Amino acid sequence: MNKLDLPSYLDQSDEVKARFDRLKQRPVILDIKEFTKIFETPTEDVVAVKDLNFKTYRREFVCVIGPSGCGKSTLIRTLAGLETKTSGQVLLDGEEIDGPGPERGMVFQGYTLFPWLSVKRNVMFGLEIAGHGKSPAEEEALQWIDLVGLSKFTNAYPHQLSGGMKQRVAIARALANKPRILLMDEPFGALDAQTRAKMQAYLLDIWRNIDVTIIFITHDLDEAVYLADRVLVLKAHPGEVQEIVEVPVPRPRSPEQFLSPEFLATKARLEELIHPPGDPDPELPGDHMNMMNMVPVNDEVDKVE
Amino acid sequence: MSAPSKIKRKFMQHQGVILAMFSFLIPLMIWSIVSYVPFVWHPKVKITVPGEVSYFSEGLLVDRDVFEREKSDVLAQGKTIPEGVPANPIYFPAPDEVATAFYTAFVTEPKRRNEKWLHESLWDSIQVIFWGFVISSIFGVPLGVLMGTYRVFSKLNEPFIEFFRYLPAPAFGALAVAILGIHQGPKIAIIFIGTFFQQVLVIANTTRKLDPMLVEAALTLGAKRTSLLFKVIIPGISINLYRDLRILLGWAWTYLIVAELIGSSSGITWFITQQARYKNFDNVYAAIMMIGIIGLFSDIILGWFGKRMFPWEQNKSLS
Repeated sequence: MNKLDLPSYLDQSDEVKARFDRLKQRPVILDIKEFTKIFETPTEDVVAVKDLNFKTYRREFVCVIGPSGCGKSTLIRTLAGLETKTSGQVLLDGEEIDGPGPERGMVFQGYTLFPWLSVKRNVMFGLEIAGHGKSPAEEEALQWIDLVGLSKFTNAYPHQLSGGMKQRVAIARALANKPRILLMDEPFGALDAQTRAKMQAYLLDIWRNIDVTIIFITHDLDEAVYLADRVLVLKAHPGEVQEIVEVPVPRPRSPEQFLSPEFLATKARLEELIHPPGDPDPELPGDHMNMMNMVPVNDEVDKVE
Repeated sequence: MSAPSKIKRKFMQHQGVILAMFSFLIPLMIWSIVSYVPFVWHPKVKITVPGEVSYFSEGLLVDRDVFEREKSDVLAQGKTIPEGVPANPIYFPAPDEVATAFYTAFVTEPKRRNEKWLHESLWDSIQVIFWGFVISSIFGVPLGVLMGTYRVFSKLNEPFIEFFRYLPAPAFGALAVAILGIHQGPKIAIIFIGTFFQQVLVIANTTRKLDPMLVEAALTLGAKRTSLLFKVIIPGISINLYRDLRILLGWAWTYLIVAELIGSSSGITWFITQQARYKNFDNVYAAIMMIGIIGLFSDIILGWFGKRMFPWEQNKSLS
């Protein structure tokens, strides 16, 4: 793509600005203060996340991006209670997070539906543990299954579903617990592009209709801009906040906006933050000398472009 | 599923059945060739006409060179020569003899009054296996699951069990008789010792192999200790647990023969040793095969039940 005259990603239309003002009026649901996580390995201590500060407002949609090693998975796993922090504070509704709990739902990248339970029983899982009776739990589960559009598959087992359907059930299962916050760790990472686009639309639709705050990890910049109110950009070694980007693309979002100036400007900014210009990837050698050994001498390799 | 893959699958199933048949037919064919083709092996001669060799009698089996020597001896002396046909040793009966024995073994009356019929012996064996395996599983399965789930249990028990499983179960035979008497007790105990320690370790290992993501997902859905164990870990490993038990049941059978020699010999082993003593080797083979057939069929039945018990499994590891 040639250089276009893009507006600054900081320019917000009045409408968007007003929306962000309203958003920041809402109560803070998640408050992360000086969060640090150090993994102790036999040889050395690895600092995964260092002094991270971040606030999330109620019903906000936050995407987290960053290079590998920036601690985004550590962050979300700590929020879920699957890891413990080394120092700092992680507050949900003002209370310190202690271990996993149903008020923080999580959707994983891998498929984590219970293979021995039908779709319905999977969605009922959290409700039954919370002590709901069987029939109210069932009734409620059916509503959630309906919400993710899988009513026809209520009694199917996970192995009979496609990847996208499995993740929809996983979302329904997490939401059935009525979590305050929904944590999503690259939930669509394993899906093909078309399914992923559909899932994004589904997710926005669900989020619009229920009172839930979403923290969404992704490595797909389009996905981040398309979904998020704000994008938390982390940098690696150690994981720290690089910038918090307010997405100036108005809501409701639709796929047409992918080519709008605000969208492209925001994406360009994220690109810049993640892959700074003049910083070649250290893992790839610039010359392709190592490829020389992989092609027969007589192959024509330099006339393609 | 699309039509072509359905057809392909049908074809593969068909092929599978044919191959399974051949896996039995090939050894049977080799056995038949060695038994029925006179110039293959047949190291003995079965006397049909004793001639004037003093110790020959009809039906006697002698080595081929002995027969030839005696024959040339009597020939030189001008007496009537013996006649005979090539035969295999008595411990190598032909397929048809063993096949007949499958029937005759059941109807052959015991030689002594207090001895048991074959079906009674078999039933004794099945009971010993059953109780040995059930008692082992009652303790082994829960312990294995706990050891696979909680580090404390594993650290507390595993070293001792690792040590104990190297002690050969039959070594406890004399001890078991001293403690439990000479009848079924010590036999069940040997099966128990042979199965239990392996069982605990195998099941602990299976439990550990449960996808940790499922456990994490359950935790984020609010599962706590007990609900995690009963609603996630146990159902999560149930298929593999069932498969482990099927394999372990096979091991239990291998301990049966030793177990039955302990104290007063009983069951199918008693029948086999008894028949071998009378040189009824066709009955011996038949009895050995019956063990195989009972084992195979019980496994097929368990596989069939497995398919119905675990409808979510995509008919892989079962059957």
